[in-house]
Amino acid sequence: MKQSQFENRHQSQWQRLRECLDALERGKNDPATQDNFPGDYRRLCHQLALAQERGYSSHLIDELHQLAMRGHQQLYRHRSAIGARFLSFILAGFPRQVRAEWRFVLVASLLFFGSLAGMGLLVYGFPDLIYSIVSPAQLSDIQSQYDPAASRIGQALERASDDDWMMFGYYIMNNIGIAFQTYASGLLFGVGSLFFLLFNGLMIGAVAGHLTDIGSGQTFWSFVIGHGAFELTAIALAGAAGLKLGWALLAPRRLTRSEALRIAAQSSVRLIGGVMLLLLIAAFIEAYWSSMTWPSPLIKYLVGATLWLLVALYLTLAGRTPHAPD
Amino acid sequence: MAIETPEGIDMILRPAGLVCRALAFGIDLGIRIALIGALLLLFQLFGSFGIGLGAITMFVVNWWYMVLFEVLNQGRTPGKRAMGLRVVHDDGTPIGWASSLIRNLLRFIDMLPLGYGVGAVTCLNHPAFKRLGDLAAGTLVIHTDLPVQRPNLPTAAPVVIPVALQIEEQRALLSLAERQVELSEARTQELAVILAEPLRIPANTAIAHVNGMARSLLGQS
Repeated sequence: MKQSQFENRHQSQWQRLRECLDALERGKNDPATQDNFPGDYRRLCHQLALAQERGYSSHLIDELHQLAMRGHQQLYRHRSAIGARFLSFILAGFPRQVRAEWRFVLVASLLFFGSLAGMGLLVYGFPDLIYSIVSPAQLSDIQSQYDPAASRIGQALERASDDDWMMFGYYIMNNIGIAFQTYASGLLFGVGSLFFLLFNGLMIGAVAGHLTDIGSGQTFWSFVIGHGAFELTAIALAGAAGLKLGWALLAPRRLTRSEALRIAAQSSVRLIGGVMLLLLIAAFIEAYWSSMTWPSPLIKYLVGATLWLLVALYLTLAGRTPHAPD
Repeated sequence: MAIETPEGIDMILRPAGLVCRALAFGIDLGIRIALIGALLLLFQLFGSFGIGLGAITMFVVNWWYMVLFEVLNQGRTPGKRAMGLRVVHDDGTPIGWASSLIRNLLRFIDMLPLGYGVGAVTCLNHPAFKRLGDLAAGTLVIHTDLPVQRPNLPTAAPVVIPVALQIEEQRALLSLAERQVELSEARTQELAVILAEPLRIPANTAIAHVNGMARSLLGQS
């Protein structure tokens, strides 16, 4: 068959495919044209192979080749129901992932909560130690925030409900940013994640120990216990994800380092997805519940303890049965 | 770089180098700064509610700008679109949420110690110009294809080609026919004579024969 005959015969099909691709690339979902798309695409691939085999001119082949590549991009796009996937991730995927990576989670938690508790006790026992970690200016700032005399806590000035919004935005930006950094710096052979885990642990521990020591313990603990359940867990998990990245580089086992890194990244990014969710919840609680002063400390402790229990139960029990989310 | 698809055809991906990627990033950076500036000015009107909104905006634009554009806009941020680039997986399939998130979160490391130092070094050391984020996510930045244009050939009577030509040989023949306008006649003759023997055409009318062959290759008569 001559090339011109070949072109004439199939020109209308190619035109139809081209229009369909234009629509798909602009994100339009027209079921009428899309029904033909996979068939048209496969036919095009066949025609391209034929054109190459018959030695038709390079211009025709280039054109068909580009069309085939565009088709490939559209056909292999992931178009799953994002809502259902999201839901099943929350209900089962994330806690399952956390349990699957329990070694890294354990190490990161030990580092983070260990340094936190250790530093807290040290500062409580030897109050002067606080100055080796926090500068005096920062310290007086922190002290005034958790002054028992202030009517709303978490911040020096009295806050209106507008300010809750402001703090919500601030917590999101700040905390998720820190979690992302903790994760990404794991790529430096895990050293970055180690640093962020220890640094944050020591910092929070020192402040907690100091405030308890000077008598602001009640305000501080009742403030942090609620959102701490989500926030501290999230930081530890982000550190675990970062450590996994670093470990893949340090000990790639039988894979090449880049291959090991790719696989570790694919599974650890799921942890980060969950971390973001936890931090969103934490920011919400921190801005709207923790800053309230009318609940007595006892109520706050009770609610806080319940939240800790919930997080622990969620991470250990959710998604145990394989088909629960359906 | 050629990758075979499930349909049995070879896909050709051309990885993009450091310079055009840096330019694309520059354009994106400019857009982001302008966007943040404009939104912050707007949000100032709302007092502290606006500050909260501003903080969320900062967060979204900083960490999600690239991810949202790459996933929802065919692997192209505005900067990449301007430079004719797109992001795909290593196997040529479109990029998804997880990979895009990985490559953009690890951008934080690529930016170290300053001005994309790590990213530039790994990019230049990799055959497919991957930075660390691309390595971890298994993604590739490639050039998008330009639309094919059919060349204008000098008029000549079509000539049937006596031997079957490979695609590269066809391209060479066509580009000689195409470029005649830019070349002097003597040079064209010189080049055409080189082809005379393998194509079994008379040397003195080589130009006309080559043009004729080019036309028949294009399927024009």
